[in-house]
Amino acid sequence: MLTVSNLTKNFGPIQAVKDVSFAVKKGEVLGFLGPNGAGKSTSMRMITGFLPPTSGTASICGHDIVDEPVAAKRCIGYLPENAPLYNNMKVTEFLNFIGKIRGFEGALLKTKVDEAIAKSRLEPVYNRAIENLSKGYRQRTCFAQAILHDPQVLIMDEPTDGLDPNQKFVVRQMIKEMSTDKVIIVSTHILEEVDAVCTRAIIIANGRLVANGTPAELRAQDPQGRFDMVFRNLTLIEEKSND
Amino acid sequence: MTNCKNVRIIFKREFKSYFDSPVAYVFLVAFLVLVGFLTFGLSMFYERRQANLTPFFMLLPWVYLLLIPASTMGLWAEERRTGTIELLLTLPVTLIEALVGKFLAAWAFIGIALGLTFPIVLTTLWLGSPDIGAIFCGYLGAFLLSGACVAIGVFASALSRSQVIGFVIALTIILFMLMIGFDPVINAIALWGVPASIVNGIAACSLMQHFDAMRRGVIDFADVGYYIGVMVFMLSAAHFVTDSRKAS
Repeated sequence: MLTVSNLTKNFGPIQAVKDVSFAVKKGEVLGFLGPNGAGKSTSMRMITGFLPPTSGTASICGHDIVDEPVAAKRCIGYLPENAPLYNNMKVTEFLNFIGKIRGFEGALLKTKVDEAIAKSRLEPVYNRAIENLSKGYRQRTCFAQAILHDPQVLIMDEPTDGLDPNQKFVVRQMIKEMSTDKVIIVSTHILEEVDAVCTRAIIIANGRLVANGTPAELRAQDPQGRFDMVFRNLTLIEEKSND
Repeated sequence: MTNCKNVRIIFKREFKSYFDSPVAYVFLVAFLVLVGFLTFGLSMFYERRQANLTPFFMLLPWVYLLLIPASTMGLWAEERRTGTIELLLTLPVTLIEALVGKFLAAWAFIGIALGLTFPIVLTTLWLGSPDIGAIFCGYLGAFLLSGACVAIGVFASALSRSQVIGFVIALTIILFMLMIGFDPVINAIALWGVPASIVNGIAACSLMQHFDAMRRGVIDFADVGYYIGVMVFMLSAAHFVTDSRKAS
């Protein structure tokens, strides 16, 4: 349902993403791992149509993100890094705006907004101004905007970053609830998260794809079955080879 | 390809966001106080003993010069600073729709400010019998002029994530575009020995000259076309800049 083929992005002389290809099927939760600055966010920004790829493309539900950006974006729900939001709006007002842009009107719009608020556990703050929300609620508001139209593909850039353990638990719970009928991509550099929610993981280092497999397969690469050692070996080798 | 419904939704959000903070009211009061002071105080509206809006329309471009950059500087800069640009442009809207929605919202806001100057019209109507046609043309010209300035402001705002830079660049461009139509400036250029045809060509690019004709009560399609041309050009430039520098 989501295919990424030979995705490459150059910023001037710097190659941020190099020839990354992978595919994700319905029902899968793909963990997108890599050290900071490895090109996770850049890749996600290309897949969601924010940045144009230098070469290569991504296909979302059969729509090419380069050739049919609007059709492809309709199928995607996206939670950008740091949960950017319009601070001067109220939570419901913001979700109504998103709902209208997503093409909902009238009673259906109200239903969709109410559902998103319920699924994201936003009831206590739905009438508050976004600028007064705590980090956890901001994250959930941005999550609500991503799932409002019940997208087939849900892409989240570090959804648990900066949250306390309880909030992380809630976000992971929400991801699991959604996972049965969707394609979900979650970027993270927290390895425990992979075990908690992902059915498969890819690792990128220095812009290059270095591993792609189930958490168990990746673990098997280390004699002690330690995920952090596998991650370290794969990403450090790649970083050294670039020097 | 452009979906008017999306433009409308973005317009509404943007327009409403002006009034969500006290900024809009401060702006409107500042605009009206400045316009009132300049019209009735500085240019001696009453002492002239003529019932027309010449002083008002003469000074209006200079009020625009200060206040339009202030009202447009946040349009893109703020989206960049807070990262919401990533949210907006990954929604199923095109950049053109977002750009036009923002532009129209800012233009409508200035339109409201302009509309609120109606007591000046009432004053002239009460004092004498001004040429209603000329007043209408003047307001139409003032509205078109504000649209061109807003488009310049949208472009300047797209250049950086800093609102201050957006403000200063918009102010500089608008000042330049006003000055090249100003008589002392034109005369100075002519004194350098520049051929008259080129001097006239430079003056014809000025925001001021096209407004001068309209406030005298003449609607020429060339003048209207000029303002629409400036708007289209500036918005295209803003589109180019936003598209190529989204991530920075």
